Amino acid sequence: MGPETIGHVHSVETCGTVDGPGMRYVAFLGGCPLHCQYCHNPDTRCQSNSTPRTAQELVNDVLRYRNFIRNGGLTLSGGEPMMQPNFVRAVFRLAKEAGIHTALDTSGFLGELADDELLSLTDLVLLDIKSGDPDTYREVTGVNLAPTQFFARRLDALKVPVWIRFVLVPGLTDDAENIRAVAAFVATLENVGRVEILPFRQYGRSKCEMLKIPYLLEETRPANPEDVQRARSLFATQGVTAV
Amino acid sequence: MKTTDAPSVKASQPHDDAWSGFQPGAWQNAIDVRDFIQQNYKPYDGDSSFLSGPTTRTEALWSVVTDLLAQERAAGGVLDADTELVSAVDSHGPGYIRRELETIVGLQTDAPLKRAMMPYGGVRIAQKALEAHQRMMAPEVADIFAKHRKTHNDGVFDGYTPDIRAARSAGIVTGLPDGYGRGRIIGDYRRVALYGVDRLIAGRKQDIAATDNLPFSEEWVRQREEMADQIRALKALVTMAKAYGFDISRPAANAVEAVQWTYFAYLGAVKAQNGAAMSFGRTSTFLDIYIQRDLDAKLITEERAQEIIDHLVMKMRLVRFIRTPDYDQLFSGDPTWVTESIGGVGEDGRPLVTRNSFRFLHTLHNLGPAPEPNLTVLWSEKLPNAFKDFCAQVSITTSAIQYENDDLMRPYWGDDYGIACCVSAMRIGHQMQFFGARANLAKAMLYAINGGRDEKTGEQIGPAYPAITGEYLDHDEFMARFDAMMDWLATTYVKALNIIHYMHDRYCPEHLLMALHDREILRTLACGIAGLSVVADSISAMRHARVRIIRDERGLATDYEVEGEYPAYGNNDDRVDSIATQIVATFMGKLREQPIYRNAVPTQSVLTITSNVVYGKKTGSTPDGRKAGEPFAPGANPMHGRDRNGAIASMASVAKLPYEDSQDGISYTFSIVPGALGRTAEERTHNLVNLMDGYFTEGGHHINVNVFDRETLEEAMNHPEKFPQLTLRVSGYAVNFIKLTREQQIDVINRTFHSVR
Repeated sequence: MGPETIGHVHSVETCGTVDGPGMRYVAFLGGCPLHCQYCHNPDTRCQSNSTPRTAQELVNDVLRYRNFIRNGGLTLSGGEPMMQPNFVRAVFRLAKEAGIHTALDTSGFLGELADDELLSLTDLVLLDIKSGDPDTYREVTGVNLAPTQFFARRLDALKVPVWIRFVLVPGLTDDAENIRAVAAFVATLENVGRVEILPFRQYGRSKCEMLKIPYLLEETRPANPEDVQRARSLFATQGVTAV
Repeated sequence: MKTTDAPSVKASQPHDDAWSGFQPGAWQNAIDVRDFIQQNYKPYDGDSSFLSGPTTRTEALWSVVTDLLAQERAAGGVLDADTELVSAVDSHGPGYIRRELETIVGLQTDAPLKRAMMPYGGVRIAQKALEAHQRMMAPEVADIFAKHRKTHNDGVFDGYTPDIRAARSAGIVTGLPDGYGRGRIIGDYRRVALYGVDRLIAGRKQDIAATDNLPFSEEWVRQREEMADQIRALKALVTMAKAYGFDISRPAANAVEAVQWTYFAYLGAVKAQNGAAMSFGRTSTFLDIYIQRDLDAKLITEERAQEIIDHLVMKMRLVRFIRTPDYDQLFSGDPTWVTESIGGVGEDGRPLVTRNSFRFLHTLHNLGPAPEPNLTVLWSEKLPNAFKDFCAQVSITTSAIQYENDDLMRPYWGDDYGIACCVSAMRIGHQMQFFGARANLAKAMLYAINGGRDEKTGEQIGPAYPAITGEYLDHDEFMARFDAMMDWLATTYVKALNIIHYMHDRYCPEHLLMALHDREILRTLACGIAGLSVVADSISAMRHARVRIIRDERGLATDYEVEGEYPAYGNNDDRVDSIATQIVATFMGKLREQPIYRNAVPTQSVLTITSNVVYGKKTGSTPDGRKAGEPFAPGANPMHGRDRNGAIASMASVAKLPYEDSQDGISYTFSIVPGALGRTAEERTHNLVNLMDGYFTEGGHHINVNVFDRETLEEAMNHPEKFPQLTLRVSGYAVNFIKLTREQQIDVINRTFHSVR
């Protein structure tokens, strides 16, 4: 459970600017229970192409970028980092000891695996609510929505700061009712610092081709600024400001 | 934003005393521009909200210039060229763009974009350059140079050895300034504004007198002759300015004169020399002192102040030299490196940022982006935050700025150095360099494997050391051979440079530029290397993977197969970054062992300009897996596609290269798509500031920042007419993207663009 805890790290991005505040070291952990149609990192779904590293090794590497991430920090993303809760806890503990801001990028589906101690070491949760409507959620991800909502309420109760993220996919998640449902849920939370609408891009296609994973969004067009604006307005109907 | 026309201040309205209101100091008794700046400048730590948009005059003049630039492109790159008159400081009468609109005047010839004829670097090359643009040198000029006047290029070839010629043709040393002006010398153009030319002439006369009683030596008499020539050049400068109606024998008395005087001094330099890089120096804060004095006295408004700088910058954008097609391949996009260094921090800790630092950068808004002047921000952690933010914003919208590490350079060069060309720092007025292009280390590596035979032609170019004969490259065996080959390369290369600069001093001297220096100066011999990342990765492959040699029927190693994985430079991995660092230090050590002309101190750069494409073409397959003919990475960049941990890891690798062993600069080009810098404009600005703070804190020396979508570049490649001002940074300078060759455009597009993942 300590610095020697081993995790499966798929890759790192040392110039992370879109996964939490400031410039961030983003470690993508291997393994994910979801199969999101629009996943842009399908190569991180399993752990077979990940490298085992100890928490200490990973944090040592993060510290080599201290001068760059002074106003940012460390984000654990994936995959689904909560597939490896012990590793996340160990990494965040070391990072906090070193004064590094910690962010957890998660779908919330495995939120029950995040114990209170882990969450006390987490400065920010980037919670990806993929849909407001349970059926759409299942269609998009292959799993249930309820665990994510449960996790979100728990974070709220624990006063862990959260940024909500919602991927806008034309024809899949952009139904007005679906968006309003996300917004209505978000409106009930008091710990949300920011809501980000992430416009769908065809980033996943080439990776799926490479991995020979079926890719269902071949015909889907990328979300354009007008789509995002429309989604923003729908969020606004529930009193939620999205960027 | 548009502003009303500023009332024009008559140029001839001198203060009673040109120095009135200035803080006195040592600068009054000796030529000491730095002291003047330190005594008088007012640091500015506010934001950009004070800036003014272009005046209607500026807009009108810029539209004339835009038109001329379009005509120049339509004419195939050269609008007009002088074939009659050999260019000199005072060779031409006055030239104007549109006289009634110009706040700052002066052109290299009698018409805008008409290129001057400068045969002193090499008459044959001057002829070839004209012929490449369907023109002929006037027969009487050709005749004089054929019969009566030897040029630099002739001298160099008298001195070259067979060894040097062979190395040059094979492309192991390339781009040597043996047929064009060497450039990279920055006159202290500010001296003309602060002191007036009369005072400078008097100073030089004293300098000569001070040597009267010294014993004879060749250096002694050479210096006396040079100083006498420098006085002539200063007199010619006065004549040139007089033709425009200005008396620069006296000091500048107001802001517009200070800018005009400074520009005249620079103009004299680019009329007399077609140096590869003719840089401007570090003028913005100096000029701010004059502008602020006039603003305080309500003689001018901010609109007028901006207009003066906008008009100066327009002139800087019009500097041209006529070049041969070979030259254009190496230094693509018609660059002139009118580099202006902005910002930095003084030795007393006060930032040297003034309102005028903002005004210079703001020209990129008022006139739109452009590659020249080569705006270079001297970055320090201690720069005011508002200035850092402004720089980042301008970078994000224009991709026209480069940044260099002031905190790293100040201990070496003080707080009044400027950048010549791309990354070469020098104390303004106290130091010059002998430009040395670069040696191709990747090719030297192949020579080490093939026993000095060229991997493309099979000819014996280097010394006939034993070739490597095994099936696999053995790291230790290779390193011993490589070391010996680098010895040969350093010797051959520096000998060539010594010959070049001996002859340049003799046949193509820069009298005006040197008149704007102290009598005693520091000279550096600025050597350089290309192919660093190729070499580092190749050695890493030998050490951490297996490299099988593929030989052709001549027994030459011409290709390599890498078996297994190796750590590649650009991933912040010390296993290979230490190799790159070691190569830099090793080759520098070999340069330091060479005898050097005029007691110059050898330095080294890791910089390729755009020659990474040409060098790549001239270099066979390399043991890192790069195939014959493929471009090298530019400057100190990692090879594209090999950096896997993101931009910061790549930067961290580059930042490890030791400046003490590459004091002529380490160039790094960073390209990122806007979305990968952050989600909102504000976030992008802050992230870019953070990124530069981090990179420079890590010891990085230089960074070009490009913020682009690949699609924009692809679109510009196919529809150049839609992107006349699209500017991007390549190695140490900026270019109009549409002026690059198609090959170079593709190289730029193929390079790593850091994007969102």
